[in-house]
Amino acid sequence: MSRVIGVLSFPGTNCEFDVAEVVSRIGANAKLLNHRSTDLKDVDGVILPGGFSYGDYLRPGAVARFSPVMRAVEDFGRRGGPILGICNGFQILTEAGLLPGALQKNRNLSFICEEVELVVATQQSSITRTLKVGTRLRLPINHFEGNYTCDTDTERLLVERDLVVLRYVSNPNGSMNDIAGITNEGRNIVGMMPHPEREGIHFAGENGSRYELLRSFISTW
Amino acid sequence: MRFQGVVLVQPKEGIADPEGSTIYDAAGALGYSGVVGVRAGRSFIVDVDANDEEAARRTIMRLGEELLTNPVIQRFSVLSVDVA
Repeated sequence: MSRVIGVLSFPGTNCEFDVAEVVSRIGANAKLLNHRSTDLKDVDGVILPGGFSYGDYLRPGAVARFSPVMRAVEDFGRRGGPILGICNGFQILTEAGLLPGALQKNRNLSFICEEVELVVATQQSSITRTLKVGTRLRLPINHFEGNYTCDTDTERLLVERDLVVLRYVSNPNGSMNDIAGITNEGRNIVGMMPHPEREGIHFAGENGSRYELLRSFISTW
Repeated sequence: MRFQGVVLVQPKEGIADPEGSTIYDAAGALGYSGVVGVRAGRSFIVDVDANDEEAARRTIMRLGEELLTNPVIQRFSVLSVDVA
């Protein structure tokens, strides 16, 4: 039976249909869940897509984290359920304390919308299980607050415990340690600024197939 | 009683503040030689119904900690609490 991926949406989320479409194309069932849901039903994994939840008011993700559905997501994460936050979804996960650090305004104070080159930093994450460390891939970024920031103790922890998942080859936004994506110590929660669901024709993964990160995610279990 | 509190949220020491740096650079470009630093913050004006000023202040402090601030990168101070 194919796996069911809960795709969350908050007011202002705008990538939920793209994520659901790709998830279905690669063989899982996507189930759209809105911010008012209080239980995740029987999903096998959860994706928090990108967008501008609650208009990015206050700070990106700051209001969404108090939505009813986030309590269910926190429980799911604590029980080891696989969670992937993309872009605004990553911001929500840091605001909720499910991932360490924060995403600040880009260093150059400009909204960046471009394709960037990334390098896989660990194989020990739900999205990179099938990719070797050092694999390069190209994905679009589309954000104003993508500048990953944390204190130096957290940065050391991320590096020592191998929790950095993806790094920018050429840092576009000022992120510490060139961080584009991280995972938690339990390795069931991943946040990334680039959009794996928007992968275009330039995919440079070694085996050449598209949506490798999401394919890895939907077969985590 | 109704009280009004003013909360200032600002980047924590040691956290890069690209907005403040940009304003600082612009001040320099405009010829303000005496301006030696700018940090960009944000203020919130919060109206609260409470029995007394202490209770209003407690509510505002809790709001500051739980919602108005991301403690990873920001700190806040309550600048004032007055009868509205």
